[in-house]
Amino acid sequence: MKREGQIRIPSGCAIAGVIDKSGKVFNGEIIIRSIAAMHERSNGLGGGFAAYGIYPQYHDAYALHIFYDHETAKFNCEEYLKRFFDIVHQGEIPTRSIKEITDAPLIWRYFVHPLPSKLSMSELDETEYVARCVFEVNTRIDGAYIFSSGKNMGIFKGVGYPEDIGRFYRLEEYEGYCFTAHGRYPTNTPGWWGGAHPFGLLNYSVVHNGEISSYDTNRRTLEMYGYPCTLQTDTEVITYIIDYLHRKLGLEFPEIAAVIAPPFWQTIERMPSAEQEYHTYLRNVFSSLLVNGPFSILIGFAGGIAALNDRLKLRSLTVGEKGSRVYFASEEAAIRIVEPDLSRVWAPKGGEPVVVLWGDA
Amino acid sequence: MVRNERCTKCHICQRQCPYGVHQRIVDSDTGAVHIVADDAKCVNCQRCVAMCPMRALKIVKSNCSYRENAYWSQKAVMEIHRQAEQGGVLLSGMGNPEDYPIYFDRILLNASQVTNPPIDPLREPMETKVFLGSKPQTIVRDHTGRISCQLPPQITVAMPIMFSAMSYGSISLNAHLSLAQAAQELGIMYNTGEGGLHESLYQYGKHTIVQVASGRFGVHPDYLRNSAAIEIKMGQGAKPGIGGHLPGAKIGPEIARTRMIPEGTDAISPAPHHDIYSIEDLRQLVFSLKEATDYTKPIIVKIAAVHNVAAIASGIARSGADIIAIDGFRGGTGAAPTRIRDHVGIPIELAIASVDQRLREEGLRDSVSLVVGGGIRSSADIVKAIALGADCVYIGTAALVALGCHLCRSCHLGKCAWGIATQDPELVKRLDPEVGYKRLVNLIRAWQHEIKEIMGGMGINAIESLRGNRLMLRGIGLNDRELSILGIKHAGE
Repeated sequence: MKREGQIRIPSGCAIAGVIDKSGKVFNGEIIIRSIAAMHERSNGLGGGFAAYGIYPQYHDAYALHIFYDHETAKFNCEEYLKRFFDIVHQGEIPTRSIKEITDAPLIWRYFVHPLPSKLSMSELDETEYVARCVFEVNTRIDGAYIFSSGKNMGIFKGVGYPEDIGRFYRLEEYEGYCFTAHGRYPTNTPGWWGGAHPFGLLNYSVVHNGEISSYDTNRRTLEMYGYPCTLQTDTEVITYIIDYLHRKLGLEFPEIAAVIAPPFWQTIERMPSAEQEYHTYLRNVFSSLLVNGPFSILIGFAGGIAALNDRLKLRSLTVGEKGSRVYFASEEAAIRIVEPDLSRVWAPKGGEPVVVLWGDA
Repeated sequence: MVRNERCTKCHICQRQCPYGVHQRIVDSDTGAVHIVADDAKCVNCQRCVAMCPMRALKIVKSNCSYRENAYWSQKAVMEIHRQAEQGGVLLSGMGNPEDYPIYFDRILLNASQVTNPPIDPLREPMETKVFLGSKPQTIVRDHTGRISCQLPPQITVAMPIMFSAMSYGSISLNAHLSLAQAAQELGIMYNTGEGGLHESLYQYGKHTIVQVASGRFGVHPDYLRNSAAIEIKMGQGAKPGIGGHLPGAKIGPEIARTRMIPEGTDAISPAPHHDIYSIEDLRQLVFSLKEATDYTKPIIVKIAAVHNVAAIASGIARSGADIIAIDGFRGGTGAAPTRIRDHVGIPIELAIASVDQRLREEGLRDSVSLVVGGGIRSSADIVKAIALGADCVYIGTAALVALGCHLCRSCHLGKCAWGIATQDPELVKRLDPEVGYKRLVNLIRAWQHEIKEIMGGMGINAIESLRGNRLMLRGIGLNDRELSILGIKHAGE
């Protein structure tokens, strides 16, 4: 059986997310309950979470979460990390052994700062330096896979139903201001933990439900921009598009939405001329980054969350609001189960982004 | 030539045939009328067959042939006879007809099933609009933070199809007018070729690509300005490395004026541009043309698909060109030396794949658009070309076929019975531009519908998501080397 990255595996999925706009932290219990309500949308072959604001004690350090297939991989990877980073703290990620989760790899966590001398020699900005090191480990060091690399955030994922993965990682012990979750329904069985979602790079994490038909157009474009796409998954490609547009080119999330799920020409033609010019420009310059085919995605980033549907809305996505909390899920039931009394609930239109920043409350 | 009993001896066939095949003979003794045919003169243009009101004519393959020989084909022997007689270079019209692999026919397309839905083009928008030009990946904002929407000049086409370069001279004014009107109605472009632009066609300037070729015929400031884009022709798929020659006999007063040469003189385009002996010279011409048009027109550089096409294309991308046009070895021509046409160059499918890949490896794919031509026969070929990496296609032969061409490949004789590749006023009249342009519009609209259907089946609703999307393609009956050059998997993988 080929593993993720050697073969492209389509999947269906469930996604969920919750953010507290006031920045108030809460534990991972809520998101587990929310995603568990959509048990039927996963098939036990992948689940995971992204949590923001969970490492206040090391908020300035990059938190690297790494899967190792074997001790040699760990040894090689740590040697590599020592050469490029100052490791402030390291240890195994605490897990709870439960019968539903088996075949777990070695799962380690490192809080690191780039070595100042290496960083200045590289003439890269800090985020680019870290991103390149992540690519280097993931493409060069056999058996090692960095699956989370942001600051004050972390991804927790594996093979299993998402609620079981949540219990396995003891997610209820983490407190953050924003969580996202993913339950996967792949069409075949890779059984590799790195293939589960969310997919992350630096502070960005993406959970995605759908199968994009523009995959190879997007992938080949991103590879030209220096993103090696090793997993052959849509989520990887979408994450890199966001990293490219947000971190490298400085586009805002509504602008990013206008690139990856732009309005149709027939809609653009009816807009005032300044808007026409703006959308035509983005569609022309970034035509290869249009994401086609069905998707609903939740993008976690430092300080907020963005939700987006494909331009035809071929995947479900519901948003609910109560007080300072905003909830997102593939199904409204997954929101109602954690907050039955919503002040507002709606399904965003295709291509219409919902961006929530903490501090908006 | 087979004529059946339905023939009424109306001798329309005689009047229609410019090659003198049919002849009406009246028996001086009996007064009986016969129509006889000289088969040796027939080029199989099908004009008489199509025009016979009684459907009495049929052109069949003659079984009068040389002794069979698997190595010395009849064609090879006959060509030697011709050359032994005349001592000349063999000439041919239209594209390479020889039996080389056709990669388009060895590539299959994908469609959505279950995990993502196909999209119905009759119910949902299906977008085919394409912009061609350089697209720098930098974001500039004004003081209010708004994105500045300045871009290098682009051309916009409603669908990824343009009419490729065919000069006034190689084809008739009526053919040019048909192409120009169709381009305007369809929101696409036609291309003047190297023969200048007839005054009556200036009104179609927004849909015109004007060509600057090695002969520089008809090139003047108004010509350059009266265009959507300017194309520098470095090469042509039908005759890479070869110039052009329009015989003086075809240079009547109108063509002479348009080409800015004396009437009756041969119009000879040299093989090279004599101011371009290398890539650094090309850059100078690119910028001369940009200067001449105040940087308002995208510059296309057209080359033939030859062995090192990928390296050449990457050089062109670094030379200020906005668009690269690549012409495959099946590309048509009014006249080319047969040996060149049939033996020089490579298939466009392989050229697209290797050029697109090389430009990506060098990070140059955004700085140029890729227009490909040379053997595009159908909407399926277009979809495959775009999925391999092209932005847009050029069609030449297919457009002429829409105008009535039956691919008899005798353009070089200048007696086109369909009024396309001729300057004989009597023959030119046969092509009514009103009818011609409608046929072109019909063809391209039909292809656009088909492209939308295919895209919808793939779950794609904007053509840009098809560009370079090689996962949508699978090879059938191709070897590993071919698959790796095309960058596609084999069917079943």
